[in-house]
Amino acid sequence: MTGEPVLEVRDLCVDYGVGKGGVRAVTDATLTLRRGEVLGLAGESGSGKSTLAYAVTRLLRAPGVITGGEVRFHGPDGVLDLLEADAATLRRIRWDQISVVFQSAMHALNPVARIDAQLTDALRAHRSRLGAAERRERAVELLRLVGIGEERLRSYPHELSGGMRQRVMIAMALALEPRVVIMDEPTTALDVVTQREILDELMQLKDRLGFAIVFITHDLSLLIELADTIAIMYAGRIVELADAQRLFHSPRHPYTLGLLNSFPALHGERVRMEGIPGAPPALTALPAGCAFHPRCPFALERCAHETPRLTEPAAPDGAPAPDGAPAGRAAACWLHTGGEHVPAPLARVLGSTL
Amino acid sequence: MTSTDTARVVHGPKRPGTPALEARGLTKHFPVHGGLRRGRVVRAVEDVSLALPEGTVTAVVGESGSGKSTLSRLLTRLTAPTAGELLLDGEPVGGSARARRAYAGQVHLVLQDPFSSLNAVHSIRYHLRRPLKLHHGLRGPELDARAAELLERVSLTPAERYLDKFPHELSGGQRQRVAIARGLAVRPRVLLADEPVSMLDVSIRLGVLNLLDELRERERLAILYVTHDIASARYLADTVVVMYAGQVVESGPAVQVTDAPAHPYTRLLLSAAPDPHRREPVVLRGRGAPPSLIDPPSGCRFHPRCPLAMPVCAESAPPVRPAAGDQVAACWLLDPERAPGTAPA
Repeated sequence: MTGEPVLEVRDLCVDYGVGKGGVRAVTDATLTLRRGEVLGLAGESGSGKSTLAYAVTRLLRAPGVITGGEVRFHGPDGVLDLLEADAATLRRIRWDQISVVFQSAMHALNPVARIDAQLTDALRAHRSRLGAAERRERAVELLRLVGIGEERLRSYPHELSGGMRQRVMIAMALALEPRVVIMDEPTTALDVVTQREILDELMQLKDRLGFAIVFITHDLSLLIELADTIAIMYAGRIVELADAQRLFHSPRHPYTLGLLNSFPALHGERVRMEGIPGAPPALTALPAGCAFHPRCPFALERCAHETPRLTEPAAPDGAPAPDGAPAGRAAACWLHTGGEHVPAPLARVLGSTL
Repeated sequence: MTSTDTARVVHGPKRPGTPALEARGLTKHFPVHGGLRRGRVVRAVEDVSLALPEGTVTAVVGESGSGKSTLSRLLTRLTAPTAGELLLDGEPVGGSARARRAYAGQVHLVLQDPFSSLNAVHSIRYHLRRPLKLHHGLRGPELDARAAELLERVSLTPAERYLDKFPHELSGGQRQRVAIARGLAVRPRVLLADEPVSMLDVSIRLGVLNLLDELRERERLAILYVTHDIASARYLADTVVVMYAGQVVESGPAVQVTDAPAHPYTRLLLSAAPDPHRREPVVLRGRGAPPSLIDPPSGCRFHPRCPLAMPVCAESAPPVRPAAGDQVAACWLLDPERAPGTAPA
């Protein structure tokens, strides 16, 4: 499952605005994406998950400013720091090596250009030696890859259904066989059946072509089925990082636990669930200490003034890291720094049956 | 169940007595204006009969275009039906202006988007006082006392902290609570909630669903919960009604419908829903997209997507038949004469 890293993010910080009016949208984000892996980024609106993705690809627009950290991309010709890269380098890497599928396919496609023109545009820019016939051939191949017939080549976006448009977006992102595809809520606006069809196809393509995916969504229940590793974000920080099964069966951060308790189950007894009290904080008025402490049922005194860092939980959770991956899991919570009594729901051990 | 020309099945929770709101044979065809299909109609809702007894939650589940929102708008009388009638406490609803206002005082709608359903230039106090003035003729200090009481009923306490706030100062969940409080101001019997939590952050959705649950218990409201999320329908509702292409395809007790679905479309919906407990890969029970409602498929509208379709499905529409207990479904597989040897699992 895990291979060598393709994208390493270290201590990334992003602000919106500078000086007094500025707010910090992403704080000290550290992540590693490996070849062929699906990394899920989950969080509520305003948690910084999209900002993080745009900062990594240097697509962040003013007033967004990257104020610290590094982003190392392992490309075919060596390691490259994306935050240091100049415009020409970025132009070479974007789409070719790292591509993005945006949330709203309705708005991301050009309404006055036909599908074939939009599909071959990237080929024309990045593969200039290809002739017109070869480009068309590739466009047909790409559409077939995502389950759309050749006859749709001359269609305009408005002639396609929402699901088809999202498929075209995915085909475009895969046009140059990138190493990394970043997907920002790619199926949120779609019906569940269409969503499932597209995700099934996407996972098959990933296995066949070997690209890695950063999948951003607010739907944690979907992510647990889909992702290998999940990072949970809250108020701009990664608060928990673990492989999907351990995150689901033995969460360590109280926010993760609360999120998991916010999705009603499809099976079993109906029990009243409580979700999380309160509402996510505004970035302009973040609580001191751990940003989650006002909503946390297990908050300690120090949570109100000291911010916990993302570290490996002190309590062993009983399961070895999958395939010997280093640093199996991490949580940013004072309960797990040792010496504290860990409440039972946050001390669950992953069953040996898994 | 009454038998007129054809036996009509009324969906919704089964309770003794007269339901608070009943719809009989509601049908809505929207005319198509202009273009090549001018003069034709979109068959958005076809012959839906629904009973909403007090103290119950009925969930209407379906994909976009299934007619679930049109149904809730028909029930509010914001949209006039092409055919069918509404009965409030067993009495046919009149068409006069006075009857309309009385109806609005009994049946209230909570909209999907609390960011646009509240007026940005007015305080919460204003939003809550309006219905109290217009429907109950309250004046003076009593108004504020009642407004504060309304906020307490939706757990926005202390009320003084919220009364003078403006919508933009509240979170999405708090705004949705204000929208519900405003609905309660008229002392309705029926609350129609059209996707009330889909625009809210995940962590605060349950709070609003639990509030609806408390209102059912405490105020004995009849609640219609329209959603695309079958898991939340299972969580909240007494009865789940599944709609497809403008028709009800299945209804029954919430847990029964989700644990043992009788209609192939319900099975498709359930197989596609996110489920962290799922161990084996997803097997989708059917493919494709919902049909055009201008020219719906003949027979059963689901047959082009149905993995179990039989020749009869393309020819004639299946009748609604009992599946188990109070669970009913419109599927030829439930017909002992038509179904092949194997009954649906």
